[in-house]
Amino acid sequence: MDYFLTEEQQMIKELAARIADERVKPVAAELDEKEEFPWELMKILGEADLFAVWVPEEYGGLGGGVFEQALVVEELSRACSGVAVSYAASGLGSFPIIMFGNEEQKQRYLPDIASGKRLAAFALTEANAGSDVSGIATTAVLDGDEYVLNGTKQWITNGGEADIYTVIAVTDKTKGPRGYSAFIVEKGTPGLSFGKKEKKLGIRASATREVIFENCRIPKENLLGREGQGFVITMKTFDKTRPGIGAQAVGIAQGALDEAVKYARERVQFGQPISSFQGIQFMLADMATQIEAARALVYSAARWIDSGAKDVSQAAAMAKLFASDVCMKVTVDAVQILGGYGYMREYPVEKMMRDAKITQIYEGTNQIQRSIIALDLIKKAARKN
Amino acid sequence: MHIVACIKQVPDPSQARIDRETGLVIREGVDKIINPYDLHALEEALRIKEAKGGKVTVLSMGPASAEQVLRDAVAMGADQGVLLSHRQFAGADTLATSYTLARAVAKLENVDLVICGKQAVDGDTAQVGPGMAAKLNMPHITQVRKIRELTEDKLVAEKLTDRGYEVVEVPLPAVITVVKELNEPRIPGLRGMMRAKKAEIPVWGPEDIEAEEDRFGLKGSPTQVWRTFEPERQRKGEMLEGTPSEQAAALWQRLKAL
Repeated sequence: MDYFLTEEQQMIKELAARIADERVKPVAAELDEKEEFPWELMKILGEADLFAVWVPEEYGGLGGGVFEQALVVEELSRACSGVAVSYAASGLGSFPIIMFGNEEQKQRYLPDIASGKRLAAFALTEANAGSDVSGIATTAVLDGDEYVLNGTKQWITNGGEADIYTVIAVTDKTKGPRGYSAFIVEKGTPGLSFGKKEKKLGIRASATREVIFENCRIPKENLLGREGQGFVITMKTFDKTRPGIGAQAVGIAQGALDEAVKYARERVQFGQPISSFQGIQFMLADMATQIEAARALVYSAARWIDSGAKDVSQAAAMAKLFASDVCMKVTVDAVQILGGYGYMREYPVEKMMRDAKITQIYEGTNQIQRSIIALDLIKKAARKN
Repeated sequence: MHIVACIKQVPDPSQARIDRETGLVIREGVDKIINPYDLHALEEALRIKEAKGGKVTVLSMGPASAEQVLRDAVAMGADQGVLLSHRQFAGADTLATSYTLARAVAKLENVDLVICGKQAVDGDTAQVGPGMAAKLNMPHITQVRKIRELTEDKLVAEKLTDRGYEVVEVPLPAVITVVKELNEPRIPGLRGMMRAKKAEIPVWGPEDIEAEEDRFGLKGSPTQVWRTFEPERQRKGEMLEGTPSEQAAALWQRLKAL
């Protein structure tokens, strides 16, 4: 289907697709097997200016937004979503700076993120703060000209690999989430360390680690926005990045469908290719239809968010929710179509099925997405009455 | 340092077919790409520029559509592209092509090094690089797999041979042709692609390069292709039966008979 991309967007999509096919696909299985962070590929993405697509032009970017990032994430995810998420997490870590950073912070951090020289990461989740953000225990205490951070963040994508961390910490315990603040912490700061690399079901090329603060002192200029804005910054950031998870899901699902169609045409059983059986055809048709619907929703949400619209949480949540559920279903069906071969690691679809699961979990579980959507509906209805 | 990379637009060899009736290469519906060896030539030119400064000019001769490969080269980082395209350039054999490209190099100022792919995958002659060197009166090294040393006035390179490699030194300016082992060509970036879209690609004809009449195009080409054809392929398999030693004996009889 034609989504009426601009010439520049078409260029971004084609370049990302080329890198996905020529550079990512050949190494995807190996990166998964070795659980190796794809530094070489991050360098290629940087040289291709793909980290620049969501960064404003004044700060070394190309001035695109959520939609341009989604195009790249989708194409990379077709080949390996572990690589795609390592790329996208730099966006997750940098959107708070783009939206809430002051001029000096933007000048200092964004050009290096746009060039791919430094990766960014977002540190929110803790052992007792997942869906319920009110469980955050990491603290930041102002001491003279410095904030002192203490606490442990968990499951941080790009943890240990990124140079720039956007961290959510409690500055006022009495105010609950209204007492959270966001900070920029650079790798190499004394008191900042990283836990072991987590062993995961999928997206195994990506690095997931604990980020540990032990009397980690940062200049007070590293506060993003104002004290107490941390929760708002988090929610506004997720509004920007959830379509990216949707794009990741669409990409994985498309990759799985491509493999399933290819296999169905080649695999002969009962004297004919299995693609001639209606049972397989209907599965492929449903997969393709669901993917196209998910893509349309993700693209629409991303474009709407980029238009500067307010109140986009519901659309962002819908894009993430629908696309990730489609992705899980499509990848399970792809494994089914490939049968025993699909279950083997020699074929790429079992990895896609493992990679799919996380899209229903991170950046807010799909249950949290449904809560956001429902609360928005109820709130709007209440306003009318 | 001014480096010239010569590139050729060729039909994607993975899609190329020959029309059995006419004996001509079918060009319709076949993607056109930069000759794969020339990508390595361009990559090396860009690396030299990045290491030592200077500029990279890409040169191509071909139909108007060949402008695209020059844009692709600018996207990868070349400073400028020049297309040699004219009705009268058409039908050139390797002699006329070498002459025409050499005239263009002579027209460009202060060229220190000319880099070509070792051959084009459509013609497969590997003659144009050395041919240009002869016309330019420059020394050349073919099949370069590694540049060991490059200074303002000399180049030392490893030249691939059937049995290994030779180390060859030449004074500059010089022409080299390169093999795939030399480097891995880069993928262009978005900024480069945007720059390439806007880049001016001058088109030069016989007058621009002050070419002597009868030395370019069909007129300057003593070689004419008489016929192009795809060989008929015949394959048949035959299973030899019996014990291993009986099979071996039967195989030996067959081989002797060939």
